[in-house]
Formats: sequence, C-alpha cells, structure tokens
Amino acid sequence: MKKSYQSVANFTNYKTRELLIRFFSPNLLLTSFLFFALLSTSVFAQEGGDPVAGKALFNTNCAACHALDRKMTGPALRYVESRLLEDEGLDREWLSAWIRNSAAVIRSGDAYASKIYAEYNNAAMTAMPQLTDEDISNILAYTAQDPPAPAAVPAGAQAEAAESSGGISNELILGALVVLFLLLAIGLYMVNKTLRRFAEAKNIDIEEAVPSRSLWSAFVKNEFLMLVTSIFFLLASAYYAYGYFMQLGVDQGYQPIQPIHFSHKIHAGENKIDCKYCHSSARVSKHSGIPSLNICMNCHKSIYEYGGETTVEYSKEFYDGEIRKLYAAAGWDDANQEYTGETQPVKWVRIHNLPDFAYFNHSQHVSVAGLECQTCHGPVEEMEIMYQYSPLTMGWCIDCHKETNIQVKDNGYYAKIHEELSKKYGVEQLTAAQMGGLECGKCHY
Amino acid sequence: MSSNKKYWKSVEELNPENSAAVEALGHKEFVEEIPVDKFLGDKDKLEASSTTRRDFLKYVGFSTAAASLAACEGPVIKSIPYVVQPEEIVPGVANYYATAIANGYDFANILIKTREGRPIKVENNNLAETHGHSNARVQASVLDLYDSYRVASPMKDGEDSSWVELESDLKQKLDQLNGGGKAIVLLTQTFASPSTYKLIEEFKSKYTNTRHVVYDAISESAALDAFEAKYGSRGLAHYDFSKAMSIVCFGADILGDWQGGGNDAGYSKSRIPANGQMSHHIQFEANMTITGAKADKRVALKPSEQKVALAKLYGKISGSAVTGSLPAHVEEAIDIAAASLKRAGSKGVVTTGLSDIDAQALVLEINELLSSEVMNTESLVMTRQGSDSDVKQLISDMNSGSVGALIMSGVNPAYTLPNGQEFAEALANVDMSVSFSMKADETASQSNYIAAAPHYLESWGDVELVKGHFGLVQPTIRPLFDTKQFQDVLLGLTEFDGTYHDYIKTNWEENILNGSPFNQALHDGVFVGTGSSESTETSEEQEESPVTSNASDAARRLAAASSSGMELVLYPKIGMGDGQGANNPWLQEFPDPLTRTTWDNYLTISEADAKELGLFLDRSNFFNQSSHDATGGLNGKYANVTVNGVTLKAPVIVQPGQAKGTVGMSFGYGRTEGVKSELKTGVNAYAFYTDFNSMQSVTVEAAEGKHEFACVQLHNTLMGRGDVIRETDLKTLNTGHKEDWNPIPVVSYEHKEILVRNPKADLWDSFDRSIGHHFNLSIDLNACTGCGACIIACHAENNVPVVGKEEIRRSRDMHWLRIDRYYSSEESFEGDNQKKDDIKGVKSSMQEFGEMESPAANPQVAFQPIMCQHCNHAPCETVCPVAATSHGRQGQNHMAYNRCVGTRYCANNCPYKVRRFNWFLYNDNDEFDYFMNDDLGRMVINPDVTVRSRGVMEKCSLCIQMTQKTILDAKRDGREVEPNAFKTACSAACPSGAIVFGDINNENDDITELTDTDRSYRLLESVGTKPNVVYQALIRNTDEV
Repeated sequence: MKKSYQSVANFTNYKTRELLIRFFSPNLLLTSFLFFALLSTSVFAQEGGDPVAGKALFNTNCAACHALDRKMTGPALRYVESRLLEDEGLDREWLSAWIRNSAAVIRSGDAYASKIYAEYNNAAMTAMPQLTDEDISNILAYTAQDPPAPAAVPAGAQAEAAESSGGISNELILGALVVLFLLLAIGLYMVNKTLRRFAEAKNIDIEEAVPSRSLWSAFVKNEFLMLVTSIFFLLASAYYAYGYFMQLGVDQGYQPIQPIHFSHKIHAGENKIDCKYCHSSARVSKHSGIPSLNICMNCHKSIYEYGGETTVEYSKEFYDGEIRKLYAAAGWDDANQEYTGETQPVKWVRIHNLPDFAYFNHSQHVSVAGLECQTCHGPVEEMEIMYQYSPLTMGWCIDCHKETNIQVKDNGYYAKIHEELSKKYGVEQLTAAQMGGLECGKCHY
Repeated sequence: MSSNKKYWKSVEELNPENSAAVEALGHKEFVEEIPVDKFLGDKDKLEASSTTRRDFLKYVGFSTAAASLAACEGPVIKSIPYVVQPEEIVPGVANYYATAIANGYDFANILIKTREGRPIKVENNNLAETHGHSNARVQASVLDLYDSYRVASPMKDGEDSSWVELESDLKQKLDQLNGGGKAIVLLTQTFASPSTYKLIEEFKSKYTNTRHVVYDAISESAALDAFEAKYGSRGLAHYDFSKAMSIVCFGADILGDWQGGGNDAGYSKSRIPANGQMSHHIQFEANMTITGAKADKRVALKPSEQKVALAKLYGKISGSAVTGSLPAHVEEAIDIAAASLKRAGSKGVVTTGLSDIDAQALVLEINELLSSEVMNTESLVMTRQGSDSDVKQLISDMNSGSVGALIMSGVNPAYTLPNGQEFAEALANVDMSVSFSMKADETASQSNYIAAAPHYLESWGDVELVKGHFGLVQPTIRPLFDTKQFQDVLLGLTEFDGTYHDYIKTNWEENILNGSPFNQALHDGVFVGTGSSESTETSEEQEESPVTSNASDAARRLAAASSSGMELVLYPKIGMGDGQGANNPWLQEFPDPLTRTTWDNYLTISEADAKELGLFLDRSNFFNQSSHDATGGLNGKYANVTVNGVTLKAPVIVQPGQAKGTVGMSFGYGRTEGVKSELKTGVNAYAFYTDFNSMQSVTVEAAEGKHEFACVQLHNTLMGRGDVIRETDLKTLNTGHKEDWNPIPVVSYEHKEILVRNPKADLWDSFDRSIGHHFNLSIDLNACTGCGACIIACHAENNVPVVGKEEIRRSRDMHWLRIDRYYSSEESFEGDNQKKDDIKGVKSSMQEFGEMESPAANPQVAFQPIMCQHCNHAPCETVCPVAATSHGRQGQNHMAYNRCVGTRYCANNCPYKVRRFNWFLYNDNDEFDYFMNDDLGRMVINPDVTVRSRGVMEKCSLCIQMTQKTILDAKRDGREVEPNAFKTACSAACPSGAIVFGDINNENDDITELTDTDRSYRLLESVGTKPNVVYQALIRNTDEV
C-alpha cells in the first residue's frame, strides 16, 4: 500500500512532465536562429518566399522561443536576414546551416555562432533538418515583413465613445417616455373636464359616489375570509422561509472577482487546452488542484501578449496587463527573460467550497468514472469569468449517483463485484448508487 | 391510603452511630454546598456593574440575532497554490519517507506519512529486520514537531541570539581552551549513530582536551558494564524472544522499556499458540508491569528477594549450592522456572532489569549455561551507551572548575539527575555551557546558550541500532524554526566543507554501504551491512568495574542481599518514558496500561501496605473519604516518600500485584520548564534515582490531602464475565472441546435453546454481505501486550481531541480505541468463574459479588483493546432519531457527524460503550489549549478526516478513510485489491501483530481464517449484535509444570 519516496520524481506527475518536456524542448534547445538572417526584407522576401506560408511555419516551429519584435528564449527575428548580412556579413547559406543544425555550426568554431550561443545561456537551438530551402525562405519572408501600422484610433477611445453614446440614448428614451406619460395624463384630465362640462351643459346629474362600507372593514368582519387569508399567508411565508433556508450556503452562480483575470474561455475554449493539463492532480488526487504558477509559465514564457479576439470590455491591453500580473507573481522578468526569485503567490478566491464534513475525491470521478469536468463544472470553456455552475448540494450529488452507471469496462476492480451485484439486482448496468454510492460513510467521515 | 413504608438511602442510616450525620444530611438537598458564592458572592462587583437585567437581555438578544445573521453569509476562502510546485508533491496525496527516531530513549526505524509537505503520522517500517516498530511514544513524536513551546532561534543568556553569534562565540572559546588545562566536554545522549561518533572523534582530534560523556537518563550501566566485562565490548545483548520457549524474568519489563525496549514483536510471536505449543513465561517482579501481566506465572517479590531468587536459580541451573532463604512459594516458583528452562534447553532465556552488575553478569552466565539461542551476544544492541561513572566524574569536575566548556545535546541533566540542583550549580562553574535543545527545558534554561535544535523529522542522521543494522534519518519537512543540529555545528567547528548530509553520505559510501547505492538505503531507511563500522565509541577503560568473571561469587553476593523496610522500584511509564514527551498532550492523556490513569504519576502500593500505612481509601460511601467521587472520579491519598533524605509528596494509587513491602514510582513527570502549565503533572521521581539505581530503600508515611486522579477505567475486575474475556490454558486448548471453553452462546427460542447465530434468534433480517468487501478486525488477546501504540496511532489518524484531566475525570475521554485491563479477583480468572458459579442465594450473592469487585493481591491480568465493534445488527443504529449512524455494505458502522443532533441515545444503547460525545468544541477553544488550539499544533491534523464539532457523537470508523483509499487506488489502477492491502491505523501500528484487519470476502486475506478458529469469539455475542470485530481467546501456559 505504501511507498516511500525519496526525492525522486513522483510517478503520478509523469504525464505532466511529459507535457512539460514536449513543451519545453523546442524552447531549450533551439534558439538563436533568427539573428542570422541577413539580407533585407522586402526585397528578399518578395524574391524568395511566401510570407503567409512562412507565418504558419514560424508559428509551428519557431514561436515557442522566438518572437518577431522581442527577445525571448532566443533573439528577436524581424529583419533577421538583412541584419545578419549587414552587421555580420553572414549569408543565407550560413543561416540555413544554422537553422538545420546550429550545434554543428557552433562546433565548427564559427565566431558569431559561438558568440550568440554564449549570449543565450549556452542553450543550443533545436536542430530543424526537416525544413526545406523553400520553408526557410518562406519563414524568412515572413520575418522580413514590416510591422503592421498601428490602428488609427486607439481602441480605448473607441470604447469610451461607444459607452457614452449608449448612455445618451438610454436617457433620451426615458425622457421621451416621461413626456409621453405626462401628455397622456394631461389628455385624460382634459377629456374628463370636457365631458363634465358637456354633462353640466345638458343638465345631466352626475351621481355622487355612495359612501359604501369600506372593503377593508368588510374583509375584517368576514371571519371565513380572514381564516383563509391567514392560512394563505402562513403557508406562503413558510414556503418562502423554507426556500430561504434551503439556499443558505448554496452558492450556485458564485462568481468572485479574482486577483488575476484568468479566462477559462480563452484557455479551455479558444485554445482548447485540456483541463487536466493545468488541473493535473484531478487524475490522482482528491483535489483538482489550482495550478501552480510554473504551469502557467510553461506557456506564458512565450505567450507574452494576447492575440485573440477582443471586446470593448476585454481589450488586448487588458489581457496583456493580466499577463503582466502573472509575471509579477511568478517573478519573471520579461525584459531579460529570467526569473528574479521575487515571487508573490496569488491568492485566488476559492469558488467551489464543499463543507469540511463532505469528502469528495476528484480522481474517483475523473479517472475511475471517466466523467467530463463539464458534468459538474458546466461549460467552463465558455466562461470568461469562472463561476459555480452546480449547486453542490447533497441532493445534487445523490441524483447523479442514482442515474450514473459505473464504468466497468477494462477495470479489473469492478469485474467480479459488478457481475455478482448486477445479477443480484437483476440489472444490466449498475448505478453508482447501487454500488454503494449512497451510503453515508462513503462521503462523510 | 398513605404508606408507612420507610425508604433508606443507604445502610449507613441504620447505624445508630451515624444518626447525627444522617439527621444533618436529611435536611440538606445536596450533600455538598452548591458553590453559589463562586459566581454571585462578589457583591461589590455585582453592584458596580452598570448592566441592568433589561440591558443584559437586550445584549443577549442582539448578539444572538447578529450571530445568526452573520452565519448566513458564507466566508470568502482564499486558495494559494505553489509558485513552483515540488515535483513529488501532489496536493491531496500522501508521501511516505523512511527515517528513524533516535532521541536517546526511543530508537526505531519508521516511515513518516506527509501531506502537502507536513508530517502527520508515524508508521512502522516493515523493511527493518529489527527495531522496525513504533511504540506509543514514537507514534506521538510527530506532535512534538508542532510543539508551540519549541525554541524558535538560538538564545544567549535568555535573549534571542543568532547562529552566527553562537558559533563564533563557541569557536572562540574552544580555540582558547584547546590543549589547555580545562576540559571541553560533550555531554550527549546515546546517539547510536556511526557518523556522529566518527564526527565526535574528529572533533576530539582537533580539540585534544575533549571528553565525550554519554548519558542515559534512565541508566542501563549495570547491564552494559556486565556485558563489557564478559564480552569485551560495550553494548547490550540482543534478545530474539520469538525463538524462546521458556522466559524467566527478574524485574525485567521486557515488553516495556527494558534495555531500550522493542522486544514485544518477538515476544508475541512466541506467545501465539502454534502446533499446540507456546512459550512459558515466569516473571519475578515488584511493580506490576505489562510483562508481569502477560506472564503465565507471576511472583510478586521485593527487589532484594529477586536477587536471592536469581542466585538460587543460578544454583539450580549450574548445579552449585546457593544459600539464602526465601518464602516457600517463591522457592517453588524457582523450581518451576528451573524445570521450565531445562526443558526448553537452548530455547530458554533469563533476563533481569535489576540495576546490579552482579545480577546482570549472572543472567549472562545463566544464558551461556543454557547456550540460549534467544540471546545473541554477537549483534549488539547499541541503543544504550551511557556510563554512570563518567557522569559522576563530570559533575565533580564541573564543581571543581576544571571544565571549560560543556556542550550538551539531547540530555536534560538538571531534570534527570537525582541531584538536579547540584548539577545546576555545577553548571554555573563552567565557563561556557551550550545546550542543544528543542525547548527551554530545565537544563537549557540554565545554560549560557540554548542552541535551538531541530526535531528529528527536520534533521539528517544515521543510526546503528543493532550492530550491522543501519538506518538513515532524513528530514521530512523544512525546519520550522531557525534551528541547527548538533552535528552541523560540530562540522562547522571541525571546518568540514559541507553539511551533515554530505558527511553522512561520504561516511556511508566509504565505510558502510559497500558499494550499494546510497539512494536505495535512503529510500528503504534501513541497510544491513556485512561488517560493522569500526567499533563505536567505547568510553574510557573503567578500572572500577568490580565484575569478577567468577559467577559463583556474584551469586553469593546476590544471595546475601537483604533489606528491611520498604523498597522503592523506579520505572519508566509506558506513555512517558524518560520524560521527553511531557509537553505532548497525546502522551499525557495516554492511559497507563495497568492503572489506566492519565495525566499523572503516583506511588503504587499494595493494598495490604496501604491499609497498614493508612493510605487506603474505602469504596464510595457518603460518610468517609471515599475512593470515588459521585461523578466516578478516582481519589487517592498523599504520602510523603523519603529516599536518602529527599522527601516528596506524591499521590498514592493501590496497585494489585504490587509486591508487599515495595512501592513503585514512574520517571518522566514533575517537569518544571519548557512545558505548558497544564501539562506540568506529577512529581519528579528522578530525585530518588540515587546512584542510578532504580531500587532504593524508602520510607512512606501518610500525608494530608486528597488527590484527584484522572482514571479512565473505574471497574477493575471481570466479575466472572467470561463473555467479555474468554480464556483458558494451553492444555484445554490442545485437548479440550471448543464447545466447553469457548462456546457459542445460546438463547431461548420457543422455550428451546438455540445458538445465537441461528437466524431464528434474530430480530432483524440479515443483509447479504457476500458481495464486495466485508471488513473484519481480529484482536488476538494473547499477542496484545497492552503497549498502546494503537491508541496513539488512532489519535493521529483520526484527529481525536485531547480533553484534559478534568474532563477525563468526568469520563469524557475521547479515545476511539481503549485497552481495557481486567484483574481477577481470585488468584485467577478461572477462580472468579468458579466463585460466581458457586454463589447461591441472595445473601451470598450480595456479599460475594461485592467481594469480587476487589482485585486479588496478585491477580491475573488481561488486556482487551476495544473499539467500535461495527455490529452487523447495531443497537446504536436503531435508536438514532435522525439516522446519523447507519450501516454500510462493507460492514462498517458509519457515523455522519453533520447529521448528528447529539441526543446520545446511541451511546446509551451501545453495549460496548465505545461512542464518544464532543461536549465542547475542542479544536478551537482556549479552555482546551493542547494542540488543536493553535495553528502550529493543527498542522498534525489528518486532512482526510473531519474535525468534529461540539455536540456530535463520534467513534471508531474502522479507518474508513484508509479502506476507501485502498479501494480507490485499486479502481484507478483497474485491478483487484491485493491480499492484505486493507489496514487500519491500529492494525498498521500494532508491533505484536495482535490486530489484524482485512476483507473476509477475500480468501487470501489473513483475516479470513481468523474469523473462525478455535480461539475466536465475539464480544458479548449473546446480545445478538453480530460484531465485525473478532477476538482470539487468551491462552495461558499454566499447566506446563
């Protein structure tokens, strides 16, 4: 049952590590390719390659370590070819050799290669022998493009304008309505007055209202009505009181403001990152785990800005600001591409709070039952701001246990017990409840 | 029509002598004054208060409303993830690390369970061939890590200091003393650590005038000296009792802490009847110990007489004549012992715990004569190294001012020396004193420097507990405080470039591992070497040891031993040991296996002596000082105990089985420094430990006052209730019919007797439990030694709160698992049964049942661990009005705390009395400031188990969190559960294998065959509860002679 670990990698983390390695390896190994590009830009590009195809290749092969306009794991690559040619006198041939196998160039004793190798922490660039001359040419064409001109009107200003216009229109509508009602009221008064005048003119008597017994006193005198009403009120208040008390501590829809605006919509939705890439312990532990910041930095070392769709509320600047917050928390110095060691752990507001007396184990549901995270957490991939989707009440748990079948396939644990129990209950497929999932002690101990 | 009947409250009212008292009482509703004055007596204060009654009610109303409104808002809970998550940590999954405890008193190879980097539980290391089991103190040691009284940083003269300052001061002083006239002394515990001893040697070669004095608080010097004299090396013989067929002990508590302890596992193996055989155990002792309780024959004897008896046994074995007179029944017992040993041949063994070098030498000699396989003089036990004479020499040197620097580690001589005050004065004579200590204890607080030492779970280290059997100590948590271990400071002084970890690694790779990988040894925690490292530190040649090789001289000297008057036998209590754990509330609340008393030490005395000395309290009765309060709390008288002119006032407890003419008292209590005030309990028996001799002649006289004990068992005898403890002798087991001595109870059904297991006898329909898991727990009463490791393991695993002495007195203890101890009222339990069966008529029953409530002078003893029996037809479940307790298909009786409304019907309806009620919110309440009341102490809490709130019932769950985890692991891996994979905290902790847990639907589990053996029975089976806990009857080997 027990295993003792000495500080050796825990087997359970192995999948995560695998992912990490996959992620990092281009990072660590490749690097500096772009310095070397020489020759300028548009001229060459137009001659040699297709910048659109180049962009795709760049994103697949280079973007993990290189950006066009900023230093990352490797140097910035805009105009790399022309720069190298002008500054260092290195041509396309050199550059191709470097891209395909930088280590060999370094070994050959090339001065500039050694220099760049040393400058970037002796991290050699991943060799890319699979790139054809055409690919390289396309990539370089892409790097040779001029940066897009900044938008004419800053997004912020636009947003403000939109907002202010919206405000005015609302007020206008309200004002118009008020005027309309006033006109109506005046109209009615005028009609009434005119009619009375006609009546007076034609000598028609208008009956004065008979002072009748007030409705209230009649009501009070009628004992039956009183009884029915009080019963009604009692029942109604009991209903509402019950409703009120039953929702105590049920925080469905709880959507707190988090210290960093983390958008599940962008990560899980648009970028389709598997939930368990970040919440890896959901597979093996009772906790799904809030990812540690080093998990964020796996990607955000390279993803320093937001490139997706924006709205008025969530602009690019806004998202970029949130990425800055992550860098501050993780102690990442983006300019120098290094960790400062000064971290500020993030105090997330916990959304899903089970009471202490309820034991819930994620791995049981995720790994054993094979449930999708969305079953309980809702359409997380659509949530710009995370909220509690399910009520997390006991009734909700039990309802699901009553309906959900056990995943017996290929699970040696269930083989025998499922066969015997299903025979006993005379069913094909056992539900979690029939398996004992309703027993108090399974969750309360 | 009115009745003229008169009702009597008590027979005392019939006694004309008491008429006045009766009359007076008749006018009182309460026997004692209600202390109204306590809360209303202070008139001034009442009047000075400006709060009127109306205001008061307003406040109450408002605060109630405010509190209930506030409760409607859920709190905002923050979660802070790691910035960089350590690779081996997955939140919610426990990691286990192998390490070892070596605190100078307890030595064991263990595993530590950590959660999110916090050590929370001690487990046995089953890879260890020796010392792989933890006892109650080792189990509790994890709580010491989170002790709020730890010293957080080094201190100089009572002020906070820094390591830089301390180390530079120390180095300067040592350099100044180096080679000079004044000595540098290292006064340390027994480390049993090859690397530390090597390091000390290096230190000595740098500072040439260094002396290393090893000091054990409770000395085994006599045994060490005797062994050294005979075999030439300083150590203790290694006994493997699993090989024994005949065990004879003279004052040796071999199941307790005798010679370092750790013998219970082997002993229990030899005591489980197999193939019709089990070992035969004769115990000669003064105090009642758990060893005596397990013995087949126990002879209560004064220590001086034990010496004579030992000498006589030697005479019988060696065939030489030994004089000396003993009572006839003792002579007879010695004959039986000699015959038993002779029959067992090389499987016999004799042990002694007498602090007498002659006795120790004689025992070695007898075992040699028997050519005993049990005793191994090759692989020495290294867990006690202290030398009395060195310590004495040191104190006189300190007094004479010839000690320049004294560096202490792991010792507390100001507390543990009989002349603690003298030591404190001597300490002032030393130029510089440094004490490595976790607390500002008696010694550290009087030293110039307190070097804040880490807990063993924060340290590196290595051990060699038995020659050739090595172990590694590794930290399981980053140091909580600014601490530094002794070895690291020594390394700094010897200018070693690196940490102690590097040093150990180098030393192991060079001298111990013999090519095996270090990481494997670290992973396993243990390593069996081929050859031992060079002989560990032997103290300087002792010229004074008066051992002669001539055993007959020793025997003659022993036979001449005599004493008049009372003899005091000092002993370490199972829960407290040498007193290091005094600030550990788990240990304070640990009931002594025999007296079942918590939070105290006391003078144990025989009933006869107590009566003679006026120390006896009668049973409850309104008109005299009684032994029990109305609430049941046990009371005792005080005695002035004088040894060598030192007098202490100690409470007295009457101990059945205490040899007449002797009294006993335990070490480890009476701490004054570094201990929370509520945990400063008992009196310091070290004051009587003159000359490191645990046998002292003593005078005892009654003193004023009544002491209140906190005892968890108020009824001491079994009263012939064979349904509770089944026992018989080996012969009956082998030849008799099970139906005769272990029958299944019968009940009457339609005026015919049917077995209670017959379905007709059931009120309820049975569930079909043949599918899935069905858990059972087996407890072998023969193997159980009462050591209580399971109790503390249960505390740690299940977040059981500590309630304190006052609450224990009110019987509000929270132990989920208790070990009941029963005495026989006749000489044996069999005699009790006989007496009960012979009772005829009402008058006789009144008297004789009354008599049966008193234990015999030298009773038989039985231990019985009791936890929730998880009845398949549970009486508690049917009476719960809210269905808070219910039954699971897997056999466990569930308890949903959040559903419980606290009616306590279940506890009342439980025939086993295993349910515990939370009278208070123990985990956040200044009134219970033990460990759950501060953030540091709460770090020990097991996150998988609910911390119970006030007003709910709780009880043993058969560690459902552990069984569920085992199942989940199997499910996740998609495999069946492996045989014997299921464990509970108690079954995992049990060193003797008495507690076995498993799934009876899995025929490969050990438990399956234990549910139906000749010895198996269910507790109070006649009630029809169908428990899932099964007991194995107690077998005594009484008929062997």
